[in-house]
Amino acid sequence: MSETNRPNPDALLRSIQREEAARRRGRLKVFLGMCAGVGKTFAMLEAARRELAAGRDMVIGYVETHGRKETDALTEGLPAIPRRTLEYRGVQLTEFDLDATLARRPQLVLVDEFAHTNAPGSRHPKRCQDVLELLDAGIDVFTTLNVQHLESRAEAVRQISGITIHETVPDTALDGAELELVDLPPDELRARLSAGKVYLPDRAATAQGNFFRPGNLSALRELALRFVAEHVGQDVRDYRLTHGIADPWKSGQRLLVAVSPSPTSASLVRWACRLAGELKAPWVAAYVEPPRPLDTEEQKRLAEHLALARQLGAEIITTSDRDVVAGLLRVAREQNVTQLVVGKPAGWRALDLWRGGSFLNRLIQASGDIDVHAVRAEGVVAPPRGVRPPAFESWDWRGLLLALGSVAGVTGVGLLLKPLTGYPAIALVYLLAVVVLGLFVRRGAVFIASLLSALLWNFLFVPPLFTFRISSAPDWMSFLALLVVGLVVGQLTARLRAQQLAERSREQRATALYLLTRQFAQSADLVQLLGIIVRQVGEAFRADIALALPEESSDAPLTPYFASTWALPEKELSVAVWAFQHRQPAGRSTDTLASAQGLHLPLVAGERAAGVLSLRFHDVTPLPPAQRDLLDAFIRQIALVLDRQRLRDAETQAKLLAESERLGKTLLNSVSHELRTPLAAISSAVSGLREAGPLTPAQQNLAGELDEAAARLDRLVRNLLDLSRLEAGHLRANLDWHDLRDVVRSATDYLGRALSQHPVKLNLPPDLPPVKLDFALTEQILANLLGNAARHTPPGTDIEVRARLDPNQLIIEVADHGPGLPHGDPMRLFDRFQRGPGATAGGTGLGLSLVKGFTETQGGTMTAANRAEGGAVFTVRLPLVALPPLPEEKE
Amino acid sequence: MSDSLKPLVLVIDDEPQIRRLLAVALEANGYRVLPAATGQEGVVLAAQHRPALVVLDLGLADLPGQEVLRRLREWSSVPVVILSVQDDEAGKVAALDAGADDYVTKPFNTGELLARLRVALRHATPREESAVFQSGALVVDLAARRVTVADREVRLTATEFALLSLFIRHAGKVLTHRQILREVWGPNAEGQTHYLRVYVAHLREKLESEPSRPRLLLTEPGVGYRLIEEE
Repeated sequence: MSETNRPNPDALLRSIQREEAARRRGRLKVFLGMCAGVGKTFAMLEAARRELAAGRDMVIGYVETHGRKETDALTEGLPAIPRRTLEYRGVQLTEFDLDATLARRPQLVLVDEFAHTNAPGSRHPKRCQDVLELLDAGIDVFTTLNVQHLESRAEAVRQISGITIHETVPDTALDGAELELVDLPPDELRARLSAGKVYLPDRAATAQGNFFRPGNLSALRELALRFVAEHVGQDVRDYRLTHGIADPWKSGQRLLVAVSPSPTSASLVRWACRLAGELKAPWVAAYVEPPRPLDTEEQKRLAEHLALARQLGAEIITTSDRDVVAGLLRVAREQNVTQLVVGKPAGWRALDLWRGGSFLNRLIQASGDIDVHAVRAEGVVAPPRGVRPPAFESWDWRGLLLALGSVAGVTGVGLLLKPLTGYPAIALVYLLAVVVLGLFVRRGAVFIASLLSALLWNFLFVPPLFTFRISSAPDWMSFLALLVVGLVVGQLTARLRAQQLAERSREQRATALYLLTRQFAQSADLVQLLGIIVRQVGEAFRADIALALPEESSDAPLTPYFASTWALPEKELSVAVWAFQHRQPAGRSTDTLASAQGLHLPLVAGERAAGVLSLRFHDVTPLPPAQRDLLDAFIRQIALVLDRQRLRDAETQAKLLAESERLGKTLLNSVSHELRTPLAAISSAVSGLREAGPLTPAQQNLAGELDEAAARLDRLVRNLLDLSRLEAGHLRANLDWHDLRDVVRSATDYLGRALSQHPVKLNLPPDLPPVKLDFALTEQILANLLGNAARHTPPGTDIEVRARLDPNQLIIEVADHGPGLPHGDPMRLFDRFQRGPGATAGGTGLGLSLVKGFTETQGGTMTAANRAEGGAVFTVRLPLVALPPLPEEKE
Repeated sequence: MSDSLKPLVLVIDDEPQIRRLLAVALEANGYRVLPAATGQEGVVLAAQHRPALVVLDLGLADLPGQEVLRRLREWSSVPVVILSVQDDEAGKVAALDAGADDYVTKPFNTGELLARLRVALRHATPREESAVFQSGALVVDLAARRVTVADREVRLTATEFALLSLFIRHAGKVLTHRQILREVWGPNAEGQTHYLRVYVAHLREKLESEPSRPRLLLTEPGVGYRLIEEE
């Protein structure tokens, strides 16, 4: 086998992990069509009938037949889960009932229309998320989908048909899914359409003529075919990678797409997703925050683009840098990116010249070994941009008033000074005021102040007075200088301020995080820690905070922390529980239960969630990306610190437990020693007596009595000690391979004379292999059962010990010929100090409860019953471990 | 027998009653007894008096029995018989693997104790290995690899024979699972107790007159096996 053909171990591992995950997850089968009317639902129902016929537990979760007869006929007789009815703004809506399906747990469920948007108030905004939850729960799902609803193809469909698709599903939702293409030639589809066999919602009817043009249909069909081919292609690549078949594919690619608030960025993200999918490469979406703050519209768009990228499976990184090019390349290098995707700028910009070349040129020059894709912007054309975007971020009324006030003030001062200095100097005073103003107010206000200053100076001071006419050239120059200097100064100071603001907010973020970690380091216990979390997060994000943590003593998955500043109502708590169980954010501004009041973030550290942090923001606007980033950093910190605290607590707990266990064992050992040493001395002395010389028959009898009494006492002491070990939980099964015959013999030897009146019949299969059990515990089980039988049955009757193997357990039975068990629940016999009626003296009522304890310590079960032919039978079932193979016999 | 010819047994036990009991039983059966109440004292007395045998209680107050055994074994190969309580199988196995020769469980039977001491003493003195082993109806000619039970020849596989000859070399003495597995199957097989269970069952099937009530090849619960020598 050559080196190159060996399967890549990483790929193999990933494939095993995926296969394992797939084994636990349900399987998704998607019936994909090019558009409505090709017969997807029909095909799905036919496939479902075949599954049902094969004996699978299949139900209809949601199937939309649109009243078509052939389709209706197919649903007849199929089990279905009733739809959920909910009222929204006075309209009765029926929806797929996710919870009922999860509770019903079928093997396979049909859920039509994968891309459907759920009615407001549902758990997930989209049906595909319902399906993912079903798959996570291990339920297989059949669903249908039109190619235009695929996130990565929506743009192409819009270009083909001119119709914007609103209901889309991320391509990642189809990962690992089996695709079945439901294909119909365009002519046949048109024929079905004119025959009225295709259901179209009313609003679409108008678009029908356009949408179902033969050209469109061919293009859509090609799109669907190509998508299925690519999807299958990926499966083939997976197979090739794991099976070591050489492939031209160059591995180790990593993509980075630059995201911006520009409206074209969304199609750029989709393009990158497609490329990443084709390359099977992981991809990163990066946003470099410039010093200039974004306006609300831009922030909203950026958040949408980042959310889109996240949804399509990208890792999101935001960073800030004065220079976008440098920032992008820094992130790319940190992330080992091999290919960079950026948008191709629409035009040529004068400013690029003195910046040292255009954005793209500089990026390519500095990119080194990273490939750069410049992609033409599709879709919405960016609004034309000036040197700077329109200046007025938002009207700053306070700044405007200040500007007007200072212009008025300067005008007053000017009027007073004019007799002393003459009118040209007043221009300098105005100029001074505008420059100073630039330090305090925004660009817009400075602009207005400078315009107003120039006009007022002209009107009030420049002869001819009270006109806007300027007669002399120097006055013209002063007027223009005042105007231009004012504008430029305003612009520069405003930019300076913007940078300052951005830096300050970055600094605030860093400081907040630093404060949080420092306080964590100083806090001693969990209560203090939780207090800090509630206070710090609340202050940093202007929100009411609730912490909910899992509580061991409670049945509920989460218990709200008492000192939260937001008392979680029941509905919000259930959202938090969802976030906790699925380890995904839920609630406001997320994809799940977005109608909730608060944002619920799981505190995930490693494999588990330590709890949920819920925020109810004071502001209505969504968090800007930078803040959201900070919040994520907070959450990571909190999760880590809670996890550390949990480990610390567990460690303390374990130490305490070990200490108490050690003390308990020491005590038991010393008691055992003190009680048993004298007994050992008695028994040994008696045996010495016998050894010393022949005894008379009377002496022989007395010695026998002594022996028997000592042995009985020893058994009692041993039982009491075993019981206290069992109680304290110190008993551990020491499993090893043993011959069951040895165990039985050891038990009968231990009982000695106590069994003298009852012959023990051993009934074991001759080929009984060694079995894995704890010798001492099993010996005690048998000794107690045999001793018990001997006490409760008339002398002379025999006791039978039987054993047999069934595929996964070892069954040992002790049967007697006595009066049988008393009426009532036989399991009560196993309670402590229960003694059978008519028992002869000599039982403490401990034996059977010990037997049960010893059996359970070995993972087995214990039952008692009366035999049909009379007498009682006690049955011990121990788990059976298959005998490992023996080494080959060397003859 | 003159007093000085009787073998000297050092009894290390912190229970005076057990020490007295052992002294009575042993002195009545031809041994001299040297009692030691602590592990420290035991080690010192062993060095001073060079006993022929040591009876050592594992549950001493001052030193763990295993530690006393380790200190003795640093300079002496004197046979050591362990005295231990019923539930401490792990302690017995550890002591046997650390070089103890045999063990007796409290409460002990005097006859059994004397038998153990005899075997331990015999194995301590080097003697010519007899090529033929006999115990009850079993006769094994080690040189000719011939096994007969009541004059009827028995065929053993190579592994069964290796196992049987190991038992014969240590006849009367207990062998721990680990010792047997290491000798017969090699050091890698030490944890594989099930080999032993299967092969001992085979041997019993072939050698014992009543395999479910073995009289030759005895199980020492939780510890190992012992081949009994019958006269």
